[in-house]
Amino acid sequence: MKTIEMTCIVCPIGCDLKVTLDDTGKFLSVKGNRCPKGEIYARDEVTDPKRVLTSSVKVINGKMPLASVKTDKTIPKRLIKDAMIIIKSTKVTAPVKIGDVIVENILNTEANVVATRSVKAS
Amino acid sequence: MKMKYDVVVLGGGAAGMGAVLGAKENDASVLLIEREASTGGVLNQCIHTGFGLQVFKTELTGPEYHEIYKDKMGNFDALYETMVLSIDFDNNRMKAMNSNGIHDIEYGAVVLATGARERPFESLRIPGTRPAGIFTAGLAQKFVNLENHLPGHRAIIVGSGDIGMIMARRLTLEGVEIEGVYEIMPYPGGLTRNIAQCLEDFNIPLHLSTSVIKIHGKKRLEGVTVAKFENGAPLKESERFVECDTLVASVGLIPENDLVKRKIEMGSDEGIFVDDLMRTNYENVFACGNNVCIHDLVDFATVEGEMAGRNAALVAKGVKLPSRVGLLSPKEGIRVVSARYTTATEPFKIYIRVDRPMEIATVNVNGKAIKAAVNARPSEMIEVTLDPKKYNLKGKVELSAKGVKR
Repeated sequence: MKTIEMTCIVCPIGCDLKVTLDDTGKFLSVKGNRCPKGEIYARDEVTDPKRVLTSSVKVINGKMPLASVKTDKTIPKRLIKDAMIIIKSTKVTAPVKIGDVIVENILNTEANVVATRSVKAS
Repeated sequence: MKMKYDVVVLGGGAAGMGAVLGAKENDASVLLIEREASTGGVLNQCIHTGFGLQVFKTELTGPEYHEIYKDKMGNFDALYETMVLSIDFDNNRMKAMNSNGIHDIEYGAVVLATGARERPFESLRIPGTRPAGIFTAGLAQKFVNLENHLPGHRAIIVGSGDIGMIMARRLTLEGVEIEGVYEIMPYPGGLTRNIAQCLEDFNIPLHLSTSVIKIHGKKRLEGVTVAKFENGAPLKESERFVECDTLVASVGLIPENDLVKRKIEMGSDEGIFVDDLMRTNYENVFACGNNVCIHDLVDFATVEGEMAGRNAALVAKGVKLPSRVGLLSPKEGIRVVSARYTTATEPFKIYIRVDRPMEIATVNVNGKAIKAAVNARPSEMIEVTLDPKKYNLKGKVELSAKGVKR
């Protein structure tokens, strides 16, 4: 058994977590989290860490050149680089509405890339 | 043009939007004056998540927080791309200017929600040349997230404030190589979660007790000399040249109160002194958000704004609010206190910052411990509720923080 310390990044409270693993590195338990999200975070963090990815995509004919986007669920951290390649090459035509799906099921993660702001047509 | 409103709100960021809504909900006529072309302030360029957990009970990005809150506000009068030139607090009038000319505005009450500006890189007084390629973190963020410009190719971050760490991640994702983050203090300036998700996730080194001592480059930045600091002085033997074409400075925020200096009472850090009603030294002038003190969470600015707007609406309609009876005085261990005066009428929340990291900090009112905070750090605000039924909040009230070992 071993214990590792980490900071929960799910929300700005940032709980200090103590995660106990068995000898093979398998998740056993977590202490220090103030909500159930902390347990899911700790479990993921020692198996397959996940993150919400935020970025922006180019907007054609918009009042703004960019629309900010996010993945509507967490995606595996190891896929962030590949996801960025897709997001960087994506262009949308204005108008964009907050919540619009920009990339569906990115890299088969079941997460959609959605717009986090509206951009009016110019 | 001449105008007359019950409540005029200066600044349409998170705090100002809260103030507009707070005043509207109390049936005041409201005018918002905003320098930019839209509301939202810095929220528009903060495309990362971490906003709204307190106000909306869900985690949002900055632009989402802005749009959702704006929907809540409904319609209101606003002057965009407009600057307030002066306020005559004794006669309840102000002058504002935009491309249509000068406007003479009469008010019943004012809410100052002008936010903060970035501490400039120049304030660090670092020797060397002054080439292109040096940005404050917020400016770099505006370029990348709103205007689609990349500031450079290989960058260092000076200062470990939250915006700096968030920009380290953002620039990495956009293909900029971040050589490292340099922090002169022995502890980080931003939230621990940002060290984890912005730096450690991308293997970006954080160098504590280390900073830039010289800038190199003629037209464009070519590199910097960094050194370890001990007792406030750089160590000669630790000097190292770092090649980079971009320097992003994240060295703090300063409350933006130039317009009201010498009229409105403020502290040495330029934050406005308010009471528990968010009222300044004028009974019909309120302040909220980052021009009062630099907050950790945008949600706090919104909550303060809503309260300031509500109280401004009441005063504008002739309601007499309770007078100040107490002074909150920060003593040992405390660097920042959000509100400075009390009316000792209702329980109210204040935010404090300790002046150094403490394993466990007890927050004391007049020497009596009222709260313990685990892992207290200057970068993380501690929320304290002061209840006049429980503590004597009249006269001089001393607030202090003491480190206790676990």
